[in-house]
Amino acid sequence: MTDPDMADAIYIEPLNPEILCEIIRKERPDGLLPTIGGQTGLNLAVAVAKTGVLEECNVEVLGTSIESIEEGEDRELFKKLMIEIKEPIPKSKTVNTVSEAKEFVKQIGLPAVIRPAYTLGGTGGGIAFTDAELEKITQHGLNLSPITQVLIEQAILGTAGWGEFELEVMRDKNDNCIIICPMENFDPMGIHTGESIVTAPTQTLNDHDFQTLRTSAIKIIRALKVKGGCNIQFALNYNTGEYVIIEVNPRVSRSSALASKATGYPIARIAAKIAIGMTLDEIPNDVTKETKACFEPTIDYVVVKIPRWPFDKFETADKRIGTQMKSTGETMAIGRTFEESLQKAIRSLEVGRFGLGHDPKDKVCSDNEEIISNLKVATHKRMMYVRDAIKCGISPSEIHEISGINQWFLEKVKNIYDIGEKIELTKESILLAKRNGFSDVQIGTVVGKSEKEVRQFRISNGVIPTYKMVDTCAAEFKAYTPYMYSTYEREDESNPTDNDKKVIIVGGGPIRIGQGIEFDYACVHSVFALRELGYEALIINNNPETVSTDFDTSDKLYFEPLTYEDVLNIIEREKPYGVILQFGGQTPINMAMKLEEAGVNILGTQPSSIDTAENRNKFGAILDRLGIPSADWGTAFSFEEALKTANKIGYPVLVRPSYVLGGRAMQIVDNDEELKGYMKEAVNVSPEHPVLIDKYLANAIELDVDALCDGDSVFVAAIMEHIEEAGVHSGDSACVIPPQNISDSIKDKVIEYTKKLAVELGTVGLINMQMAVKDDVVYILEANPRASRTVPYVSKSVGVPLAKMATKIMLGKKLSELGLKEYKEPKFASVKEVVFPFLKLQGVIPELGPEMKSTGEVMGIDSNFDRAFFKAQAAAGVELPSKGNVLMAIGKDKHKIEAIPLAKEIIEMGFKLYCTRSTADIFKENGVESVKVPKIRDDPLVLEMMKKKEIQLVINIHRGSHPKSDSSTIRRACVELDIPCITRMSSTKAAIRAIKALTNDKISVNSLEEYYKEFNNI
Amino acid sequence: MKAVLALKDGTVFSGKGFGAEKEIGGEVVFNTSLVGYEESLTDPSYKGQILTLTYPLIGNYGVRKDSFESDGIQVEGFVVREHQDFYSHRGAVKGVSDFLKDFDIPGISGIDTRMLTKKIREHGVINGSLVTSKDKIDVESVVEKAKKLEDYSSFDLLPKVSVKEKEFIDAKGIVPNSSSKARTDKTIAMIDTGVKLSIVRNFIKRGVNVYRLPYNVKPDEIKDLKVNGLFVANGPGDPERAVDAINAVRELQSELPITGICFGNQIIGLALGGKTYKLKFGHRGTNQPVKNISENKVYITSQNHGFAVDKDSLDGTGLNVSHINLNDGSVEGLKHERLPIQCVQHHPESNPGPWDTEHTFDDFVRELK
Repeated sequence: MTDPDMADAIYIEPLNPEILCEIIRKERPDGLLPTIGGQTGLNLAVAVAKTGVLEECNVEVLGTSIESIEEGEDRELFKKLMIEIKEPIPKSKTVNTVSEAKEFVKQIGLPAVIRPAYTLGGTGGGIAFTDAELEKITQHGLNLSPITQVLIEQAILGTAGWGEFELEVMRDKNDNCIIICPMENFDPMGIHTGESIVTAPTQTLNDHDFQTLRTSAIKIIRALKVKGGCNIQFALNYNTGEYVIIEVNPRVSRSSALASKATGYPIARIAAKIAIGMTLDEIPNDVTKETKACFEPTIDYVVVKIPRWPFDKFETADKRIGTQMKSTGETMAIGRTFEESLQKAIRSLEVGRFGLGHDPKDKVCSDNEEIISNLKVATHKRMMYVRDAIKCGISPSEIHEISGINQWFLEKVKNIYDIGEKIELTKESILLAKRNGFSDVQIGTVVGKSEKEVRQFRISNGVIPTYKMVDTCAAEFKAYTPYMYSTYEREDESNPTDNDKKVIIVGGGPIRIGQGIEFDYACVHSVFALRELGYEALIINNNPETVSTDFDTSDKLYFEPLTYEDVLNIIEREKPYGVILQFGGQTPINMAMKLEEAGVNILGTQPSSIDTAENRNKFGAILDRLGIPSADWGTAFSFEEALKTANKIGYPVLVRPSYVLGGRAMQIVDNDEELKGYMKEAVNVSPEHPVLIDKYLANAIELDVDALCDGDSVFVAAIMEHIEEAGVHSGDSACVIPPQNISDSIKDKVIEYTKKLAVELGTVGLINMQMAVKDDVVYILEANPRASRTVPYVSKSVGVPLAKMATKIMLGKKLSELGLKEYKEPKFASVKEVVFPFLKLQGVIPELGPEMKSTGEVMGIDSNFDRAFFKAQAAAGVELPSKGNVLMAIGKDKHKIEAIPLAKEIIEMGFKLYCTRSTADIFKENGVESVKVPKIRDDPLVLEMMKKKEIQLVINIHRGSHPKSDSSTIRRACVELDIPCITRMSSTKAAIRAIKALTNDKISVNSLEEYYKEFNNI
Repeated sequence: MKAVLALKDGTVFSGKGFGAEKEIGGEVVFNTSLVGYEESLTDPSYKGQILTLTYPLIGNYGVRKDSFESDGIQVEGFVVREHQDFYSHRGAVKGVSDFLKDFDIPGISGIDTRMLTKKIREHGVINGSLVTSKDKIDVESVVEKAKKLEDYSSFDLLPKVSVKEKEFIDAKGIVPNSSSKARTDKTIAMIDTGVKLSIVRNFIKRGVNVYRLPYNVKPDEIKDLKVNGLFVANGPGDPERAVDAINAVRELQSELPITGICFGNQIIGLALGGKTYKLKFGHRGTNQPVKNISENKVYITSQNHGFAVDKDSLDGTGLNVSHINLNDGSVEGLKHERLPIQCVQHHPESNPGPWDTEHTFDDFVRELK
């Protein structure tokens, strides 16, 4: 979206009202469209409208009006409106204090739901079953709500028969209303819809039920006078048929994206057209070309969406799912049976499962108590527990009693189990299994054959998938949507071309930590490049939130799980010239070797090169040969060996299992004791699964380099300097282009190493390298000959579309033909900062380390580093203060000493400094006066101050904090109270500079084009 | 149980049989609604037809005890991708297989219904033969049967769906719990060409008493009833075959306010001099956009029709097109320029489908004299 050619002017600026006002004053637009950018865009528009800038600059609000937005968002106004139009809502009251909340609960009784006003994804909400919980959650919610308001509401829970339903509705200025897609949640009420497994369409509503909800939805959208899209969530009681309205979002939402992908109806595009005054009956339906956008899509398949949770990265997090969103992404699957869709969706999650059980990772729980408690209290594993329950002979009706899940869904799970138990190696049996979504791996597991053997048997018996079209109309009209899904039916509609210029791009799957939207960006750019070169470009992916799965992005979209089997099936059907695996992150890389073995032409860097780069022995040998320094390292195949290696290299060392993305299970250890602990908890070391041990270069400057290589020559696109010292995962580190603290001679060395290594590795396309600079020596830490997550950031910073260029190279173009010359630094600074999910994950201590934890990133651009850093912080939601109180709590003594000049500076800038005991003592010895705060267990003064917003900034430098330590408590409090918290020395320095730079100077805004004018790379 | 569905063009689908063990023939049509199989199965307009549903999972919410669209299943045969024997709904008393068995109707499942739908879309509605049997089915003979079946337009369906004798349904004391302002104490004569009971319920709900009359009722009999208006119902088959109903409307056009739905819309069109034609594959679903021309507003409607009034045939009939289908521009409603005659091709009584046009009944009732 922030690509230069997406719009006439692109501003990469923090999303806050001041900045938006600046941009409006500068650009003087005719209209402002608030309802497309999610809750963020909506809140921003409401805030900006209140400043009066819209009247001042004569800007019209397009689509749904600000009044309507407020009526939908403000709980009190919404409640009033619902009472007015006689639509049922749960009993509720908005409160501004905990005591008001308690008072109201006396009337409605517990359990009660707490929902903070104006927070994203229900942040800070929860269900209270006890008075203590009520108090705690209410306080938390009040703190998070920008208007210190929460709604206390009668709990509508699944165990009392309440199912959850969602309708996407659209309305235009002529009052034409349509429903895009009715959806039913597998998980009944009590679990946020973003955390629920969802099916489209509804499965258990009859016509009367559905029309009841539909009519209510239309009544609401009319009362709200929405112009565009609107999402309405209902609870309907399966036992009584009674319904209540749970929530209304008068905007395009995450569910709209799901509904768009589930039906093929492009909700956001139509909403935008409505916003500029068009009516549904005059907007063409691009799918059929003949009919109009004014109809209700109907589908002839079953859609299942499953959220993807980050709990694999957060061992200590509270894994219960409820009214707060914790998932980072989702995957969707399409099939002709519910069983098929569900199993495909599970396979798409990329959690190492090939379906609902009957796969190699199947560890069936046979402990009835454990099963029952996990059915009662939902976690990300509930679906697997349902299946285990069936296996243990707990009947669907009992499971329904315990969990509230509609028995229809449970019978389907049982059916999957029953079919799985009976699979045999016969054509009929395999066809039945396939029609119910079983993968070759699952079939192989049951019949005792390998995936390949099953595949061979299956194909030789003619059991091959057919591809059907998603067409918005259940085949009633001829459709032109190149949007396919696999199923095992009779007629195939994929209609492959016999174009010899056809390329398949394998996408990245659900958004998760380590594999974010950056990879989708690269895939989409690859499509653009292929089209520019006259190739037919096909995409395979399963993430409904992405651009790559818009059916008009590629020439043909296959909405499929990203496994060897599913991908190879498509390749065998389409017979492309080649396949691109470089852009989808680890997902496609993982199948590279197997696809190559199957004879697939893999474009660009060959799988063997990727393997070389990931294999430490082979890679180490190359570095030695090229004379490139690397940190000492070793591989250990046993615990004893690890201990020996670590001691040989010398602590601190970095330990990790081999073959990982996103630094999973990686840790810095300081001594034998810590190493023992790590090996015991984190990794299962064995001859097949060695661990890697690296020398940890303390206090080194870490660099990321992105480059393009055509096999012979290399273009270094950017050198990124990390703000945090080496040791923080590159994905979690803030960084800057151009580098600020390294000399030209170091840069020359970096460029030289990059060029040598890229060519040596046989790179054709993109390569990312991580390096560390210590005492003027450049060490290579890692090389990844594929697109890295920095591609969009670098592309925007230097104005070179890297993924596009890489694609062209992979199809034979040379760098010289593409006009890419020498490394060149921009004259402005671009800072990337990351965004963490700590707020949503209770029980997690916010700490940076070698394991990646961030879920997103932002970018700040300005004339110099200090200003860009300030903007990047603001964009990440960290408001660096210009005055007030600063708390410093520094761990190690040497760090305390190091922090002394910083403390002095902070005081000079006019802040009042508070310090924890020993920090204050050492500062005092060195002539820095501060206010000493007591240990929290003696006196929670510091927490009180934080709660009262009397601390504006916390600097807490402490690695490896014990969860119960003061340091951990303070950090957690910062997250929950939204107080900026800096945890690294280098970031502290950067923050101080940024505050200074902006204290006496106003923030200014410039579009990307304006920045590029000063820096023209191509 | 095994099942074979053969089409007149020789296409054969082999699947699983459910419901009754039987051999039947009919015109194969498809409906794209996501929900509403209870209502569709019992809709008399499907008489003579084999109904295919495009949504693949059918039977999820079972079948309720009563208040259907007629007193039994009307389709000749039922075609689905997957029939669900397990159902989950508070109001359900049986599964869809048992429901079919109760009315001796055969069903086939496990076939590629999307392929069948596309076939119908390309070819137009087509005759087919469905056989369900516990024993092996001779496919060739099923194809032969499909080929031998006469054209749908020659089916004599009205006697099968109409009341045999005049019935009076008194609205008093039944269910006046409607807030509708159009509530009245008037009476209509309804020519029952296979009326959906939801239509009757909508009149009753508005306090209108209904004389349900056989399809071949004579104009004089209607006159003798001294009613406040005439209504022509929905129904199966080619509207040109409904000569008695056409005649009644023609005779009474200046004497009574006349309204109609679906088949009734076609009868009124024909009676006043217009023409009808057969649509290639009809409109069957609950997502059909209809534009009310005078309001310039689009409503999502429920539809089930294979014929339509030819809009070019209306010159001089006094009828104007009041509603059009936004998808193909076909006639979805007529209104007389002078007389109190108005009718719609779509189903404002819904069941299945959106309730968005229920107000049409208020308009109808307002016309009563």
